[in-house]
Amino acid sequence: MIPAAFDYTAPSTVDEAVRALVAGGEDAKAIAGGQSLLPVLRLRLAAPTLVVDLSRLTELAGVHDDGDSLLIGALTTHHEVQRDPHVREHAALLRLATDTVADPQIRHRGTLGGALAHADPAGDLLAPVLALDAVLRCTGPAGTREVPAAEFFTDYFTTALEPGELLTHVRVPKLTGWGARYEKFSRVAQAWSIVAVAAAVKVVDGVVEQARVALTNMGPTPVRARGVEEALTGEPATAEAIRAAAARAAEGTDPVTDGNADAEYRTHLARVLTERAVTAAVSDA
Amino acid sequence: MTAAVEPEVGRARRRKEDARLITGATRWTDNIRLPGMLHLAVLRSPVAHARITSVDTTEAVRLPGVLEVLTGADLAAEQGSLPCAWPITEDMLAPPAPSIAVDEVNFAGEVVAAVVARTPEEAQDALAAIDVDYEDLPVVLDLTAAVADGADLVHPDLGTNKSATWVFDSAEAGTGGDATAAIAEAEVVVERTFRQQRLIPAFMEPRSVVVDPGPDSATLWSATQVPHILRWMLSAVLGIPEHKLRVIAPDVGGGFGGKLQVTPEEVLTLLVARRLGKPVKWTESRTESMLSGHHGRDQLQRITVAARRDGTVTGLKVDLLADMGAYLRLITPGVPILGAFMYNAIYKFPAYRFTCTNVFTNKVPTDAYRGAGRPEATFAIERIMDELAAELGVDPLELRRRNWIRHDEFPFTTVAGLTYDTGDYEAATARAVELFGYDELRAEQARRRADHDTVQLGIGVSTYTEMCGLAPSRVLGALRYGAGGWEHAAIRVLPTGKVELITGTSPHGQGHVTAWSQIVADRLGVPFEDVEVLHGDTRVAHRGMDSYGSRSLAVGGTAVVLAADKVLAKARTVAAHLMECSPDDVEFTAGTFAVRGTATSMSLGEVVVAAHVAHNLPDGVEPGLDAEATFDPDNFSYPHGTHLCAVEVDTETGRVVIRSYVCVDDVGKVVNPMIVEGQVHGGLAQGIAQALFEEAVHDEGGTLTTATLADYLLPSAVDLPWFTTDRTETPADTNPLGVKGVGEAGTIASTPAVVNAVVDALRHLGVRDVEMPCTPMRVWKALRGGAA
Repeated sequence: MIPAAFDYTAPSTVDEAVRALVAGGEDAKAIAGGQSLLPVLRLRLAAPTLVVDLSRLTELAGVHDDGDSLLIGALTTHHEVQRDPHVREHAALLRLATDTVADPQIRHRGTLGGALAHADPAGDLLAPVLALDAVLRCTGPAGTREVPAAEFFTDYFTTALEPGELLTHVRVPKLTGWGARYEKFSRVAQAWSIVAVAAAVKVVDGVVEQARVALTNMGPTPVRARGVEEALTGEPATAEAIRAAAARAAEGTDPVTDGNADAEYRTHLARVLTERAVTAAVSDA
Repeated sequence: MTAAVEPEVGRARRRKEDARLITGATRWTDNIRLPGMLHLAVLRSPVAHARITSVDTTEAVRLPGVLEVLTGADLAAEQGSLPCAWPITEDMLAPPAPSIAVDEVNFAGEVVAAVVARTPEEAQDALAAIDVDYEDLPVVLDLTAAVADGADLVHPDLGTNKSATWVFDSAEAGTGGDATAAIAEAEVVVERTFRQQRLIPAFMEPRSVVVDPGPDSATLWSATQVPHILRWMLSAVLGIPEHKLRVIAPDVGGGFGGKLQVTPEEVLTLLVARRLGKPVKWTESRTESMLSGHHGRDQLQRITVAARRDGTVTGLKVDLLADMGAYLRLITPGVPILGAFMYNAIYKFPAYRFTCTNVFTNKVPTDAYRGAGRPEATFAIERIMDELAAELGVDPLELRRRNWIRHDEFPFTTVAGLTYDTGDYEAATARAVELFGYDELRAEQARRRADHDTVQLGIGVSTYTEMCGLAPSRVLGALRYGAGGWEHAAIRVLPTGKVELITGTSPHGQGHVTAWSQIVADRLGVPFEDVEVLHGDTRVAHRGMDSYGSRSLAVGGTAVVLAADKVLAKARTVAAHLMECSPDDVEFTAGTFAVRGTATSMSLGEVVVAAHVAHNLPDGVEPGLDAEATFDPDNFSYPHGTHLCAVEVDTETGRVVIRSYVCVDDVGKVVNPMIVEGQVHGGLAQGIAQALFEEAVHDEGGTLTTATLADYLLPSAVDLPWFTTDRTETPADTNPLGVKGVGEAGTIASTPAVVNAVVDALRHLGVRDVEMPCTPMRVWKALRGGAA
């Protein structure tokens, strides 16, 4: 469990960090909370020659109320997300999902930006960010751009980040007054999700006015359950309607078979968990 | 010296050793840094079965800090063969077991090269520069396939994958009738095949070895649970004179049987340190530990029970295939044999036949893991008793009542030939039923079934016993085990009255320092704090058989009592001499010797001083107050208990959640209730983990795919229920403390309780079994299969 040797730098501004990453090229890796990168280094599954430590970029920490949306710095820890009153009020789904991440020690070290940039399809924060139509702000040698979550996750552990580019902020549109639920299914508390479902609904007079549903670990990237959303929208928020909508949960998914579950079981779980997530979100609304 | 008033034995003393263990203030093996110490790292085979065609070390030796890179060829002449101390049959096949592979590798994780460097980092870097060429050989993984005609062979030289076949038949042994006939004539026969999945001991402290070759004699520190056995075996394997080798097990962070071994890495560290004449350290990573430390369980069990319609059992037959892995380690072949005597459990079977075939596969060897053979046996019998109950339409507890040994039938000689000294299954079961709310839960179960509830309730029963206190040496001899089962203790009373106790047991988390102090404090009337317990260093504790098999208290604790009694007998002689009376007239209570019927008395402290200054001792009495004793038990001890588990099974997802868990254990007299409680909790966690979470999985090529703790799932507190524990107390007859042992009880009892509960929850839906671990997917698939 000894990593291969690497150079280390700890820049104090985003520009310096970008320059360091550009200079390091393909063999450079950024490290934030280290909860994903360190195990990979220790198992020697990766051997970057340069590690760029982002922990001094204090400008990237914290949650800011920015009108119609929340602007969350990439270095905000899971613990800070959990505790933040803005997140609680306007992005309950993100908080609920963050509550399920690993354990308190990890939540004090791991960051939202790190988890999203790592893009593990079993990670719990990708689906909520996708469901919430968040926008990811990235800064690189060519400047700053904003990438919708739907375009950010491109494959297993792969994102739209270009070489030398850093994820700096996550913009989450406010969904104030919506009901939310993150329904996670894992074998033990500290394990990754086998499947999980992120659901947020706006219910007006017993009718689902809007619904957002996204799935964790049902393919190489988080998947938006558009079929479920369509089926729910405009329908009364009844058990029958939710059940019928949940039947479409696995549409367009491509679940893997691994040591925890095969694709057939994952497909089944997606339906069951979607029904449960939406039901809970409706009663939370 | 002040007299202890309240008896120490029975008190929930906080453990003396915990402050240093928990805060890390102790010196674990990996914390040892000797001047000039070098670091060993080993390269492990990524393939499970292959011929080694070349090992190219030229690049690795050139790297900075690297002193030497060694291959199997370099060490072939001196490495010897790793020992197996238990040739279970005369004709057992045992291939040579190298510490470093020479011509071929037989499991993924086997050592193929070793690097010695100035730092651990440099050693690790050099491993990546070694180039090994392998020529693949057919990989043997599956037990059934391995014993089929024409199977590929792990060791072609042996001509078979079968290492040995071991049989016990009660008709032949004269302990019972003919099981085959009983089954043929039975009114009811239930037969099942259960799979004991492979488990990884996963002790908290990884293994670590430090060797100081010394100018004259070598010292080896190891995170082992068997320093005495290790010294003996290392000297035998490597031809190092035993008196020139000192072995020290410092504080050790858990073992669960996983450190009851003589390992390749211990041999290699010793060889390399002697070769270079420098101190050398090797410490494994977690993944190395999981790949190469021995595994546990891995058996296929076919079990058949014959019974009458009224539920009386009439015969029992067990056929095992036991996976040895690629080599026979210290007691690999004997693990299933330790279970052979326990399949009949607490029941009065009149006939029993047990057959075990030990099988080689291309996997890391199996060996002792918490319970070693007995959890497997208990699982199979307790599972099939529930199956028989279902077949007969009888409540599973009622079926057990009809067949168990009643409390007034002890001592009871079983069909397997053991004599259970004491026990009270009725009392433990009655208490468990009361704590559990058995009838209420059955009523709720009926309601949920009637309502077709998504979440079904299941109740699992496990009434276990086990053989502990390993072991009577004569029995071990009869079973062809290579060592004895006695234990040793020595007491040194220092001139100031403080006491040093030297034990041959080797604690690695159990709390012997505290419990042994309590025993000595009571026996000698000294304060608990005045006792220092020394262990785990062959130069200090020169005789011992170490810790495993719930033996330490029943055997080692008894040796402590016997040694204390010898000290006391001598002190009594000295006191009588000084008080000018007959030793028979001296009464000893709470640290004071008094002449019966008079006001004359002396404290133990005064007697100690008198014994040390030796100014006025009786003729023929040696100065000092030291004594030692070795205890060899006549019989095992037999803890027992009743465990009841209620699970909720989500029929939509297959998830199993333990709702309540009650265990009432009878471990005899208790020295420290808090330690007992801790052992029970830890045991339950491990046993439940086998039922629901843990499994070592290999891919088709024999690579372990669960080689990190992200893949090999250990439960944390969040994943476990609140345990309701209680005890009944039937003192053992077989030792003066009346103790039975508690190290393995929870592990043994809990696995079948949980799986019985899972099956019970789903039986009305057609489910008859769920293979372990009962993962959500397996439960869901069983439901779909069962309902079809």
